[in-house]
Amino acid sequence: MRDTGQSFTGGDARALAPRARGRTLPLVARHLGYSIDGKVLLNIPDLAIHPGGPTVIMGPNGAGKSLLLRLFHGLIQPTQGEVRAGGQPLGPATRRRQAMVFQRPVLLRRSVAANVRFGLRRAGLPRAARRDRLDALLAEGDLSGKAGQLATTLSGGEQQRLAVMRALATAPDILFLDEPTSSLDPAATQAIEDLLRRASAQGTKIVLVTHDPGQVRRLAEDVVFLHRGQMAEQSPVDRFLSDARSAAARDFLSGDLLV
Amino acid sequence: MTGFGETLGQALWLILSGDADLWAIILLSLRVSLTALAIATLIGLPLGAALAVGRFPGRRTVITIVSAMMGLPPVVVGLAVYLMLSASGPFGIFDLLYTPAAMIIAQVVLVTPIVAALSRQVIADLHTDLAEQLDSFGLRPLARIPTLLWEGRTSLMTVVLAGFGRAIAEVGAVIIVGGNINHVTRVMTTAIALETSKGNLTLALALGTVLITMAIAINALVGVLGARARSGVPAHA
Repeated sequence: MRDTGQSFTGGDARALAPRARGRTLPLVARHLGYSIDGKVLLNIPDLAIHPGGPTVIMGPNGAGKSLLLRLFHGLIQPTQGEVRAGGQPLGPATRRRQAMVFQRPVLLRRSVAANVRFGLRRAGLPRAARRDRLDALLAEGDLSGKAGQLATTLSGGEQQRLAVMRALATAPDILFLDEPTSSLDPAATQAIEDLLRRASAQGTKIVLVTHDPGQVRRLAEDVVFLHRGQMAEQSPVDRFLSDARSAAARDFLSGDLLV
Repeated sequence: MTGFGETLGQALWLILSGDADLWAIILLSLRVSLTALAIATLIGLPLGAALAVGRFPGRRTVITIVSAMMGLPPVVVGLAVYLMLSASGPFGIFDLLYTPAAMIIAQVVLVTPIVAALSRQVIADLHTDLAEQLDSFGLRPLARIPTLLWEGRTSLMTVVLAGFGRAIAEVGAVIIVGGNINHVTRVMTTAIALETSKGNLTLALALGTVLITMAIAINALVGVLGARARSGVPAHA
């Protein structure tokens, strides 16, 4: 059953805030594993994502970053172990408090406003309250002037910004982002990062996959580093960047080619 | 013997002069085929979408059967519907044989598999692109159908128009279950067959001209909508 115990903020300065902060946190992986045909693609004995600033999941290609994100969001089921959200098994009720933005923005063939409205409807917001919140979200995403434009005709950066706004329209506790800026130019990347900082400041937990050390430096509060499907380390960002514990992370940060 | 040019001229005059018999046949044809199309669309679109996103035992078999039914021979469908509606058939008590309702039923049987099979392909392609995002929004596979139908609306309109083309041009089934009764069940295709056999080429050619014009118009519309679908422009833009 949809949780309607908390009211949305709408048309105010907290348009990016979650419904009820931290209810589905911490996000805990226990003996989490994913294998295909006996080949282990991911094996995480113990990992917890706590409330607070953005957590960045980092690592080279094939490390299992996107796979971990999909397991956390329940898009795929683990072949062993489990994910618990706020002490509960990951299920429809807890998943409804999460949202995800993909590397390539997946937009509906509708107007910009209709895409955001889709998110608002999925959140179960009453019709009367949708308009205020829609206006606030479009303003936050700097998309107010393009509300009536067909979403698929936006530029790449605008499309990804819209995807983020539509995800935030559901007022999630946790927003997962899978390399959301990998194909964007610096200006578009900055716009997305600014949005994520504001959402984080208003209480939305950001969990972002990247392999850009610069983005880690700009955004992260803590870092999970994966290598070959294993968790090499989880550290506060300052320590990770200055004194990474794992050899794999040190090699990656120093620019060595990790294979 | 009258030449082709002269006959064609008479046929065009018949159309333009608003000949009552001719227009009664055209309007009945449209009533039968549009009603059949509406019913086939109401059945075929959700069925096609369910086959595209649903996962259940026997799904592949159902898809194969529906696809195979796109090529149903109209006379065989006409015969089957005739047997069902005849006095000794299971639905004989409804007394529908040789009525427009019987012709609608036959056309529904012919058009529904076309709408279902083609819409399944459209929705399946769309679902490949959107499945993960819709799953992220908490929509289970069958709950995604309304969204997918709306997202595919432009391509699905071409599917529906293809179904209309099949219905309006069909002759074998409707002549068996309708009987080609003047002012009751005579539609364009059955009238063309009859008038040609009687040597009344003017009326046959007039109806043929209307039918071909409709076919060209439908194809043009399908082409325009298809181009819009490929370019991502919505139908209302």
